[in-house]
Amino acid sequence: MPRPMTQTEKILAAHAGKASVSPGDIISINLDLVMANELSAAVAITEFRKIKGATKVWDPAKIALVPSHFTPNKDIATATLSKMMRDFATEQHIENYFEIGRGGIEHVVLPENGMVGPGETIIGGDSHTTTYGGIGAFATGVGSTDIAAAFALGEMWLRVPATTKIVYEGSLQPYVSAKDLILRTIAELGVDGAIYGALEYTGPVVRDLPISGRFTMANMAIEAGAKNGIFPVDAVTEAYCAAVGKKNYTVYHSDRDAAYERTVVIDCTSVEPQVALPWLPENTRNASELSDIDIQQAVIGTCTNGRIEDMRQAAEILKGQKVHPSVRAIVIPGSQKVYSQCLKEGLAEIFIDAGCVLSTPTCGPCVGGHMGVLADGERCISTTNRNFRGRMGHVKSEVYLTGPYVAAASAILGHIGGPQQLEAAKVVA
Amino acid sequence: MILSGTAHKYGKNVDTDVIIPGRYCNLIDPVELGRHALEDLDANFVKKAKPGDLIVADTNFGCGSSREVAAVALKGAGVAGVVAKSFARIFYRNCINTGLPIFECPQGVDGINDGDKITVDADNGTIRNETTGKEFRATQFPPFMQELIARGGLLRYVEERLKEKASAGERA
Repeated sequence: MPRPMTQTEKILAAHAGKASVSPGDIISINLDLVMANELSAAVAITEFRKIKGATKVWDPAKIALVPSHFTPNKDIATATLSKMMRDFATEQHIENYFEIGRGGIEHVVLPENGMVGPGETIIGGDSHTTTYGGIGAFATGVGSTDIAAAFALGEMWLRVPATTKIVYEGSLQPYVSAKDLILRTIAELGVDGAIYGALEYTGPVVRDLPISGRFTMANMAIEAGAKNGIFPVDAVTEAYCAAVGKKNYTVYHSDRDAAYERTVVIDCTSVEPQVALPWLPENTRNASELSDIDIQQAVIGTCTNGRIEDMRQAAEILKGQKVHPSVRAIVIPGSQKVYSQCLKEGLAEIFIDAGCVLSTPTCGPCVGGHMGVLADGERCISTTNRNFRGRMGHVKSEVYLTGPYVAAASAILGHIGGPQQLEAAKVVA
Repeated sequence: MILSGTAHKYGKNVDTDVIIPGRYCNLIDPVELGRHALEDLDANFVKKAKPGDLIVADTNFGCGSSREVAAVALKGAGVAGVVAKSFARIFYRNCINTGLPIFECPQGVDGINDGDKITVDADNGTIRNETTGKEFRATQFPPFMQELIARGGLLRYVEERLKEKASAGERA
């Protein structure tokens, strides 16, 4: 009998050709998918060229390249990086190259195209590659040299992470979303609370979460320092796989007697809409307590909250409302498919009528790249995942992280507040 | 390899956005990147740091983005190595892969002040504070990583693996 294992350990053991693995083991795993965006790919391609004996990638069908960060390209330098990746895709016959206008942000695009599945091993040249844990994959972010090595070998060495189990008990209050749960979780663990480890999200509340919410939570595993974040595979996962045409995957469940490094219970019933203040995602408060913080910009979208469910949440608040005169609201659907769906459902009209900018899919403002960079002293409420110093522009600008409900409500209020505070303001008015 | 220089000391959670802000991630050249190293944390860093100086920091150094240019920018600025209480995992891998020497040493961090002269023996992990005369030992890398470093980094390891796979293919 192999030792009892967690879901993460089972996936890693299966991909290392071993009956079992233990936390701390250093193993080499076979990879099911290797992803890069134009920033990580440009450096990876440069490194790949230096590998003697590597002229072709190991398997073009298992590589995905997605221009996303500074796209549509903002300047000559970024256009050059994108061109490097585009040319490499052609040269290496990589069909899973998602040109702008046909793709979007990688972590939204790959799942909706059936490119990630339960039980798979996925690495990406982007720290938010952890997103795919939402579907029950082992997925982690790496740097460009690791991507270059994976292009050549289809393998990666890693240290098997110890798993922290998070149990979400109770039930969700109105306007509390997956984003609030993960911000609460990061506050609980700290930004290095899961360093080198795996997070396993369990409990009755996550069983009821749609796959989009699971992607949101897995996306931010890295913000607690984790190597990966993973959800159990259930009927919600299977239904999603069927809908996007994902077939031939293996389901791994944690053994009942698997060893966890730590178990953390979160009582969701007491969780209110959350906001993480500068300069760390762990610096979380209740949105209801922050009404004296004026904002100049709101960003709704990105790899964390750029799925159609997120767009619907924002539209629910913005419908028939106007963005505050002193606020720029930027809505960024995460992919061309989400954008198209926004049009079909009438969400695009709601955003435009409210006075929002409706942007083509891009990481743009989240990385301080373009499409919403902040000036000295400006504040932005944002559904992105990082609020580090200077993240969205000037070193003295500030980013406040939250979910779509609060971002939309704040855009209307002109200061931070949730839907309840917006309702209260309407009554007073 | 002996590293010797002035310690520039910083706190917890020095993230990759302050090591090299996103606005410079359209750069690839190490020297150009180096001009902006740590710009948003300490605007004077590039002016005051001399080639061969070391960074000393608290826990979770390099948290955040997977941008490998963070390690490259520090190298480009002439940083010889980083001593920290702990490193974020992607940054840790990136340092091994790009050849920026890193040392995990909680006691050393507590025993070094900003501006102290320090000497690090990269081969055995001994960190000596020349200003105070105190000596510390960094945590050893696991054997696999030591071998990876000794072989000359990840890409040399990949070349050997490719050869192994090719000869295994020939036998099969």
